[in-house]
Amino acid sequence: MATSSNNSPALLEIAEVSKSFGPVAVLRSVSLQVAKGEVVTIIGPSGSGKTTLLRCVNFLESYDSGSIRIDGKEVGYRDAATRQRRSERDLAAMRAETGMVFQSFNLFPHLTAAGNIMLGLTKVRGKGSAEARAIAEHWLARVGLAHKADSLPAELSGGQQQRVGIARAVAMEPKILLLDEITSALDPELVGEVLAVVKSLAEDGMTMVMVTHEMAFARDASSRIVFMADGGVSAVGPPKEVLAAETTNERLRTFLARFRASHF
Amino acid sequence: MGYTLNFNLIWRHFDKLWGGLLLSLELAVISIAIGIVIGLVLAVWYVSAGRVVRTIIAAYVEFIRNVPLILLVYLVFYGVPTVIDLAYSAPTSFVVTLSVYSGAYLVEVFRSGLEAVPRGQLDAGKAIGLTPWQRLVHVRLPTMLRITLPALSNTFISLFKDTSIASVISVPELTYGAQWINFNTFRIVEVYLVTTAMYLVTGYALLFALRLVERRFRAAR
Repeated sequence: MATSSNNSPALLEIAEVSKSFGPVAVLRSVSLQVAKGEVVTIIGPSGSGKTTLLRCVNFLESYDSGSIRIDGKEVGYRDAATRQRRSERDLAAMRAETGMVFQSFNLFPHLTAAGNIMLGLTKVRGKGSAEARAIAEHWLARVGLAHKADSLPAELSGGQQQRVGIARAVAMEPKILLLDEITSALDPELVGEVLAVVKSLAEDGMTMVMVTHEMAFARDASSRIVFMADGGVSAVGPPKEVLAAETTNERLRTFLARFRASHF
Repeated sequence: MGYTLNFNLIWRHFDKLWGGLLLSLELAVISIAIGIVIGLVLAVWYVSAGRVVRTIIAAYVEFIRNVPLILLVYLVFYGVPTVIDLAYSAPTSFVVTLSVYSGAYLVEVFRSGLEAVPRGQLDAGKAIGLTPWQRLVHVRLPTMLRITLPALSNTFISLFKDTSIASVISVPELTYGAQWINFNTFRIVEVYLVTTAMYLVTGYALLFALRLVERRFRAAR
């Protein structure tokens, strides 16, 4: 299991992961390492495999070959070589170690804001309901929604729902937080409040992998930016390098030019 | 040569209608309760099962939906005891029939409800580490029930009306009570007018009550 000859072993190790939907290759031998406390942002044109990659990390999607490890433990398979899938119980336990925030919020509509956060705490973490409630209130306060603890999702704005979504994920104290285009479904004026929460989590040292179209945010908040194209990692590095206008990477230059044209 | 309405004889025997109405409601309530259990179990089984089980469940649903209820009532009441040596009362026989009947309709209602639960909610359940059983109980079923509540109400109202078919095997429910009064008083118009009104009022009262329940839940959609 101890594979790393690196001096700082990665928290998340994605090694040569490939996946096809029928004849279409969505991931082509993707490798990426994320160290503890890093904020890695994945950018790229739609259809480049960003979201699929993220969903492989907590095994919402399976993959055809390669390996994904968190803290040295293979995520979806008991053994990467034989590709023997973990049992559903095992998978559930593994998934509890990662948090995920979704583009469409995906709150449980029948539970209040606090109830959404408490579900995992009571059923997965085995906490009593009083303790779970206290944790839920703590995180709701942290995302600025202490007064909405007993509101149902339908009574909240998109930005508020997404902040509950973030609170639900981080309340489980995951080792790593996965953010899948979390502001894409929001009205422009609500994006800021959600990104502010993400930024404060980053400042607390939360390890995050984030798929986003918010270039300004990616530039300001990430340790590294990954540019994906056609199912592969096309460029990776610190924001200043990757977002540099004079990059020699043809695909990246086209993407950035198109992006600047449409967003500025 | 006008027919003069005279309700006196109806009121004299009104206990037959009132008792009949209560029995009709009782038959409908017990049947839908059992039908809900049948429907839930089979619907959950269906969405997670392989082709063989799916085919068997689909066959049950198709069979029930394509055979008239009155025939099912005869089959269970006269047919089953003839084949296997088992004695049961007419009301029991009818409840069994109506339960199996409503179960078939509810499998369809629940199955489509389960499939209508947004995938994102299930993903969210997986992402926080819920096991498949926990996802079913805490995520999928609550949302499914909210989605299917209106269809469930409609099924219950129509089951309440279907209890009238129990009169063919002499279960003393509302329609049977009406027939009894008709045979004994010959006030056919009056008795069926009163009976119709009783079905109507009860049906509307049920519908109104169930819509109130639905409204309470709708906020959570």
